Amino acid sequence: MIRVVDLHKSFGKQQVLKGVNLEFVTGKITTIVGTSGCGKTVLMKHLNALLLPDSGQVLIDGVDITKLKQRELYQMRSRFGVLFQGAALLDSLTIFDNVAFPLREKTDLDEATIKKKVEERIEQVGLEGMGYKFPAELSGGMRKRAGLARALVTDPEIVLFDEPTTGLDPILAASIHQLIARTQHTFGFTGIVISHTIPQVFDISDYVAMLADGVIQAAKPTNEFVKSQNPAVQQFIRGETEGPIQVL
Amino acid sequence: MLFFFGQIGSYTLRQLSEMGRIFLFLLSAFGLAFRPPAKIRLIIYHLKTIGVDSLSVVLLSGFFTGMVMGFQGYYSLRKFNAESWLGSAAALGLLRELGPVLSAFMVTGRTGSAMAAELGTMRATEQIDALYSMAINPVKYLVSPRIIASLIAMPLLTAIFDVVGIFGAYLIGVGLLGVSSGSYFAGMENSVVFQDVYSGFVKSLSFGLIITWVCCYKGFNAPPMATGVSRATTESVVLSFVLVLVWDYFLTSIML
Repeated sequence: MIRVVDLHKSFGKQQVLKGVNLEFVTGKITTIVGTSGCGKTVLMKHLNALLLPDSGQVLIDGVDITKLKQRELYQMRSRFGVLFQGAALLDSLTIFDNVAFPLREKTDLDEATIKKKVEERIEQVGLEGMGYKFPAELSGGMRKRAGLARALVTDPEIVLFDEPTTGLDPILAASIHQLIARTQHTFGFTGIVISHTIPQVFDISDYVAMLADGVIQAAKPTNEFVKSQNPAVQQFIRGETEGPIQVL
Repeated sequence: MLFFFGQIGSYTLRQLSEMGRIFLFLLSAFGLAFRPPAKIRLIIYHLKTIGVDSLSVVLLSGFFTGMVMGFQGYYSLRKFNAESWLGSAAALGLLRELGPVLSAFMVTGRTGSAMAAELGTMRATEQIDALYSMAINPVKYLVSPRIIASLIAMPLLTAIFDVVGIFGAYLIGVGLLGVSSGSYFAGMENSVVFQDVYSGFVKSLSFGLIITWVCCYKGFNAPPMATGVSRATTESVVLSFVLVLVWDYFLTSIML
């Protein structure tokens, strides 16, 4: 269980998170939605301590990760897989080497086992035969799939997806969503998806939380969230410019 | 008035904390370099990028520097009827000063700027965050191997610069201006002592460390945007040049 308690974060004078409280249910997919620039990625980066809060707690199985020492922090991070917005593949490595990278660096597995595991993941994301290519030779969608393969290759307990479908066409976006749902079903990880691709992302989400004005406006099971009477939630779902969320 | 002093104080504190961060970065990169597992493959890769890839520019600049020294040395020494000391002047100048400093400049321009730009781009495209999130220390993976590689490559590049420079001065002095080949090498043999080679070696070693340290720090902490990367690259080159010259002054005053 991951629990975020009264999380505050500012960058200079800009207050991004103003007391976020949220729980992520183990083994389920929770999607965090919100307008662009509302702090979703900032919140996500606190979950594996890529950012540290000004105040508040991030509890994983009851342990506050904001207080961990560096060695403990690295151990905790090895429980995570992360798919970054731009996939964040290492430019200098091929797709195969990118996916193999965490296994080579963090495990004692022999090269034959690594090869088998990597090829399996590459095939699961539909990139078979592409392992020898470099990230710059792939399309945006392919890079995201390769990033997903790398995020899943260590069989993590928790996977963070930062806007996995942003910039993709609707068909590719749907295929990425299906891929997330299918892999979550197969591996049973706790999935945390940052997205504003609605309503499509609701299809794969067990829970949805909405971040606006630095706080969680609503956090509910998906079917209850879409029916929520919260004006901010309704404004966001309907894509209206008038309402409690001021965009301009 | 109070505001003015407040601004000065705040600026000073910012600079001091930045200096502290730069030193901690070096300590951490150095400490991690000797902590197992050793990144031998990465060190070899960076030996290629820092050493082999800088070879052509070092050869070319060394050769032309030597030829210029041949002309200038001959012109100056002829005034004292001491043309036969050309070999000695060229060798001492190159071994003690020009070799380490100019090859450090070449490596900064050729490789240091590329280091800063590469790490800055990795920061902007979240590749450094990706390393953190895979529980891999990016300083150990990206910076420590570069520091070790530069400590190996820089003295070797300097030695090559020195040899090629001495040959360039020989070509001009002996081949073009008529200095005797025997006196060129005899003068060199009589005046160059181990201390001259040693001081050049120490300089090249410390310049290698300065270049990699500064360029990696600037790239690693570049603001995650295109202008941030370009600014980090420029700053890394300018700061490396300045620090190399300042450190050269201190080393020369100690080792003279």
